[in-house]
Formats: sequence, C-alpha cells, structure tokens
Amino acid sequence: MRELAYYEAKFEALDEIMSADERVHLINGTFLSLSPHRHVFQNLQKKFSERIFAPPISELGFCGLATGAAMAGLRPIVDLSTGSFIYEAWPQVANEAANAYSMSGGQTRVPVVFHLFHGLRGGGAAQHSGSPQAMLWNVPGLEIAIPSSPRDVKGLLKTAVASDNPTIFVDHTRLLDIRGEVPENDKPIPFGVADIKRSGSDVTLIATSFTVQVALQAAEKLASEGIEVEVVDPRTLVPFDLATLLSSLEKTHRVVIADETHQSCGVAAEIAARIAESGFDKLKTRIRRVSTLDVPVPYSPGLEAHIGPSESRIMDAVRAALA
Amino acid sequence: MFVIRHFEENLVPLHDQGVFGGHYHLYVGQEATGVPALSCLRADDYLFTTHRNHGHLLARGVEPKRLFAEILGRVDGLNKGKGGSFHSVAPGLGFLHSSGVVAGIIPLSTGTAYAAKAQKNGRLTVCLFGDGSLEEGAAPEAFNIASLLKLPLLFLCENNGKYGAGRAVAAAQSSSMAAYPLTELPKAYKIPAQQIDGMDAGLVHATVSEAVEKIRRGEGPQFVEAQTVRFPGSETNWPTVPKPTDTAFAWDVSDVPEKAREWYRSCDPLLIYIRELVEENRASRDEITAIESQVKSEIAAAVDFALNSPYPKPEEAERDFFA
Repeated sequence: MRELAYYEAKFEALDEIMSADERVHLINGTFLSLSPHRHVFQNLQKKFSERIFAPPISELGFCGLATGAAMAGLRPIVDLSTGSFIYEAWPQVANEAANAYSMSGGQTRVPVVFHLFHGLRGGGAAQHSGSPQAMLWNVPGLEIAIPSSPRDVKGLLKTAVASDNPTIFVDHTRLLDIRGEVPENDKPIPFGVADIKRSGSDVTLIATSFTVQVALQAAEKLASEGIEVEVVDPRTLVPFDLATLLSSLEKTHRVVIADETHQSCGVAAEIAARIAESGFDKLKTRIRRVSTLDVPVPYSPGLEAHIGPSESRIMDAVRAALA
Repeated sequence: MFVIRHFEENLVPLHDQGVFGGHYHLYVGQEATGVPALSCLRADDYLFTTHRNHGHLLARGVEPKRLFAEILGRVDGLNKGKGGSFHSVAPGLGFLHSSGVVAGIIPLSTGTAYAAKAQKNGRLTVCLFGDGSLEEGAAPEAFNIASLLKLPLLFLCENNGKYGAGRAVAAAQSSSMAAYPLTELPKAYKIPAQQIDGMDAGLVHATVSEAVEKIRRGEGPQFVEAQTVRFPGSETNWPTVPKPTDTAFAWDVSDVPEKAREWYRSCDPLLIYIRELVEENRASRDEITAIESQVKSEIAAAVDFALNSPYPKPEEAERDFFA
C-alpha cells in the first residue's frame, strides 16, 4: 500500500477538499506551524489564492469572521497554528460558534473548522505548548477530532469539513514527519469510531494524538517483556466511542490512559470517569492516568520531557496495572 | 414604531409578574433609528443584533407573537424557547445569530460580509450594536479586517447615551471611551464614519440609504453612530414603564410622571415622529390614533398567544445542539 508522510497526507486532504468544494476557504496560517515543510502551503496558495485569507494577527477577529462566514454558507478552515492562541479567540469559539445552533433552536448551522497544533513541541515553554482540547471538551456544541496517523489526518479532516457543526481539529507538530499507509482514494473516516492501533490481550492503553505514537513504541518494548498491550485511539473526543474501549476492556480488564493534556480535568480524566461509570465491573485493577503534570510547561528540554506522558512513564503505568 | 413601543411596554409587566425570568433590555427610545435604517435594506441582507434586539426583529417584520413566545420560553418562540430575549433569531429575515455578549456579533458580521463577497451575491451585512461594544477589543479587530478587505458591511452604532460620552449618562460612573467622539475609532481604521441624530427618522433614513448605496457600489464598510437619549425606563437595573405611551402624549405629557416627563416631551422619537407627520399634514391625529389602537389590540392578542403557548418538554433540552 502507498505510504505518505503525515504532512503529505494532510495536504493531500486539503487539496482534495478545496478542489471538491468551492465553499471551503482557508483562513490564517500554513497548517504546518514552524515545520520545515511549510513551503508546501505555497502550492495551495497558488492553486486557490482567492479562497485563502491571510488576516491580521487578530485571533478573536478572524475566528469570528470564520464563524460568521460559516453561518452564511461557507466552510472555512481556520488555522490557529499554536494551540494556545485559541485562548485569544475564546469568546468567538466557545461562546458564539459553539452556542449558535442550540441557541437558534436548531436553525443556524456553523460548519467551521478550527485547526490547531497542541502540546509539547520542544522548547514551546508555557505559552506555546497548550493543549486546549480538554477545556474545549467542556464546551457543548463543539466536535473535536484528534488524529494520530497519516491515514487518520486525511480521513478525519475530510469529515471535519463536511460536518455541519463547529469542529476543533487538534493536531500535533511531532506527528508531521511520521510515515504511514494512506490508500489512494481513501474514504473519509467517520467521527465517533475509535481505532485499535495495536492488538493485545494484557492491558488496554488508550492514547490520543502524538501520544498514540509514544504508546505504540512503549507497547513494542513491553512486548519484549512478554506484556501484550492493546493501543486504542479514540480519534474523536466529540463524539466519543466508548463502546470500542469497553469491548477492549472485556479482553484485558486493565486500562491505562495516556494523553498530553494537563492531568486535572484533562482528557484522561474524562475518559477515566466514563470507564469507571460504565465499565467498572470489567476492571481488575484501578484506572491509571499518564497525563502532563499540573504545572505550566517549563522551557528547558529536560524539564519539558519530565512532565509529559513519556514512554517510560507509560511503561511504568502498564507494568503497575499488571502488578 | 408603534409595534416596538407597545410590544415592550407590554413585556415589562410580564416580567414584573414573574411570567419570564432572566434579565432583558428595552429598545424603547431608539425606534427612529432602527425602523428607518432597516427599511433601507434588501430582503436577503444579513443583520446581526445584540441583547437589545426586540426593536430590530420587529422592524424587520418578525411576528410579535413569536417574539413574545420566545421571550416567555415557549415552544412557539422564534428559537423554540432555546434562546430567549438575548438570542432571538429569524434566519428567513437575515438574523442568523443574536449575541448577548457585548461586541460578540462584530467579528461575526465580518464573516457574513466575507461570505457575501466570496459568493458575489450582493448581500450586505448590517451590524447593530450599542456604544458599549466599542469598549471591547473585538470591535477594533473587526474594523481592521473589514477595512482591509473592503467588506460590504454597515456598522450601525446606536449610542443611547446622548449628552454624555457613551455609557456615562446611563449607569456608568464615568466616561468609558478615550476615543471620543466614538467615530474616531472606525476612522482610525479608514472606515468612513458619521455621527447623526438618531431621533430624527428622516435623517436616519437618508444617512443609512446613502451609506448602503456606497457599500453596494463596493466602497467598503461604513460606520454610522446614531445618537438617542436613553429611555428613562431603561435607567434602572430593571426596565420600567413610567406610563404606557399614547398618541396624545405628542401634545400633552401631563399624564406622565414628572421624573420622566421631559424625555417624553422632547426626546421620545416616536412622539417626535408623530408631531412631524401631523405638522406636515402627512397624517391626521385621528388616523394615527386609529393605527395605534389597532397595534395595541394586535399586541394584546400576541401576548395571549404567547401565554397560551406551551413550554417545551424538558427533554427538548437534550436536542438540537448538534446539526
């Protein structure tokens, strides 16, 4: 099967989406952050210059513009670039876009996509390493997609743009160079369908975004210790596929959740709560979380590595679940 | 103008009787701005309004009974009771979304204007907001974007604090805008801006007509500040009606409590307009009185309709938050 780099799959998706639908406009950014590949955005710029808007540095303003344009029938994809920048646009995202459909009694649709790069990226320090998806999961009215592989980024981006709801598309710069299979003419990936990234019978390891890749490496190493880990990727937080997680638990009876949002009220916390509510009787041991420690992200490389859901922390948690 | 006045004068006692909760804001005193301004628009134009939206919706032709029902939280409301006073919408009349967040609509209005420009459909957007909105950062961000893109957008600022710097006359302790007159702010972004008497219906019509023509010619956004004098019933934390309006007040305000009398005598745009019609022989006192009594009975019927409309079933709360 054909193999692509993650960023290539993502740009193939953007190209196909824009070619197929004139309502799609790109607003701000290059969708590649500071990646050395960001020049590939120029290809889109040449091809679709009339549908690409480079706005002033006004996140509140241009997220509002995109939201209003979506109300009027366009399908804008906004690149906030660094995830923490969505805090500048919070009123428009959390208080206008997310509420419009409900507040209008189901009359006004807001098919906008807010794309952002979250998480620990190496030297981002406290203000450029945010993972706002946990806070956004606490805002009803937003869909949240969070890919971890080349095939998923392409398929989920297509579904995000096709959705009639405001969607947060949570990306990670450390995924951009990962290579993986992406079939030609692949179908969009429906929201609310988790993916088993690796089968195993001993422990269910739920992970999201770049942490899926870390989890897969941890699983390989644990296999050499004779521990078979099942890595499950929810792929979307809203809607959330609890059923696939629970059926994995039927087999393993043990769960570790690894994710880069901060621990308190984080993504792992919500997943743990849902499993505890619906699958407690399947568990042979307590649920374990491997999240980013509850501190502002420090700059120095060793400090940053210390607080994240690293391979060693994940392996320790899996071993502890089996102890 | 009669519809707006008698609508709101009938709304206040419903709140006082506890028929609906929450807080709400009156448009009374600004009728000579909204009614003529909105008459300059095309049927397919977009409008955004705020927490002070009743007058705009009614001026555009919303049925009073459906607006009453929405404010009372009933199933026959414009938004099926999901929005209430602050968020009433009428997509068929161009009102896609009404925001109770000060300045929330200003970035959104650049979005429908952006979409109309992209779709080359000639639709104009009117963004209606109060002087307080200019204090939010969203306003200058949106002015900048609107000006850079030459968007087909009319910013109509209804300053209901004439004789003071914006909110100063109302509840605020002191002036709250350093950019004064308020037109200085849009002018800084090269948006043509003018300040007019918002109690002069003819002047509002002439000014807005001209601004709309310029926008349709592709000259980009325009800003109009219409000044009105705040209705004395809006000067308290909770709206009150000093005395239900009657056409006879145009010539004799002795029935009005003394504290509010001066406003009705010299600042009430509805009474100013009535005197104008009679003095210019465009209508007789009897004709106006006949129209008023017809409106009064229509409003009474609309209140009955809303009071008899059922509340939504509680489980409706769980529907319609995703398209």
